[in-house]
Amino acid sequence: MAKMKGTIVVDTERCKGCELCTVACPLDIITMSAAVNHRGYPFAQQSGEGCTGCTSCAIVCPDGCITVYRRKEETQP
Amino acid sequence: MNNLVSPTYQVAGKPRLLNDNTMHYCPGCSHGVVHKLIAEIIEEMGVEDRTIGVNPVGCAVFACNYIDIDWVEAAHGRAPACASALNRMWPDHLVFTYQGDGDLACIGTGETIQALNRGENIAMIFINNAIYGMTGGQMAPTTLLGMKTATCPYGRQADLHGFPLHITDIAATLEGTCYVSRQAVDTVAHIRSAKRALRTAFENALNRRGASFVEIVSTCPSGWKMSPVKANQWMQENMFPYYPLGDLKNDK
Repeated sequence: MAKMKGTIVVDTERCKGCELCTVACPLDIITMSAAVNHRGYPFAQQSGEGCTGCTSCAIVCPDGCITVYRRKEETQP
Repeated sequence: MNNLVSPTYQVAGKPRLLNDNTMHYCPGCSHGVVHKLIAEIIEEMGVEDRTIGVNPVGCAVFACNYIDIDWVEAAHGRAPACASALNRMWPDHLVFTYQGDGDLACIGTGETIQALNRGENIAMIFINNAIYGMTGGQMAPTTLLGMKTATCPYGRQADLHGFPLHITDIAATLEGTCYVSRQAVDTVAHIRSAKRALRTAFENALNRRGASFVEIVSTCPSGWKMSPVKANQWMQENMFPYYPLGDLKNDK
């Protein structure tokens, strides 16, 4: 069975911490960091497993900070 | 996991035409999403070397700093007049205006309606956030009845301030327009729909079918004094009933 494996990379210095991606993520695995970037904003980060690379977070991000990678992985039945 | 992060597997990211300048917009502002859609569409259409955007006066006055195409800065509200001239000089160019409610629906109402009525082959993008964002959250023509702003702190009243202006509905009644649509960019589904609408508008302009008008019902988290997530919810509950989404006119 094939399974989608995805991950996100956040441009943390560009992120303004609006939190729209945390709401858009269907798996709720994006959270805000405790640390802040050089502008003083907390930034988005992937904090859980299971990302399918659905790109929802990248689509809603107003600043284009999120890059999504996805690949199909064969898993043993 | 490491080799998953490689260009081979990239499925989404910042469009090529959106440059590295950090946008001056407040966190969660709808402008960013619309900028991203415009950059994606122009890249997909492959017309970045013959696209001219016309800036408004308002929050989007610095749009030229973020999307790597040619831009012209128009006087306040005069973007449709400027775009008309540009398109008449370069008929093979894609000319679009990008305006907010203060620019398009207040000081520039005359230019907007006349350009649409002349059927200029331009696309007009109207960001409607029901408030003057740049100047500090004053009442705009599109402010909802009962909505509190800096200049109507007890809420907009019809007898004192008049009614919200439905400029998109007016645009749909004009013979010069070929495509009029109202969209939003709060959810993934709405963003995809808005992208299709903007693409239609740009193709109409390039194929000289007449004027296209796309309203984007937007949030202004700072002006509304809400978090971006709350602002989206407020927009869904209060703006959408008054500004229903969908195509108002689509002449094929």
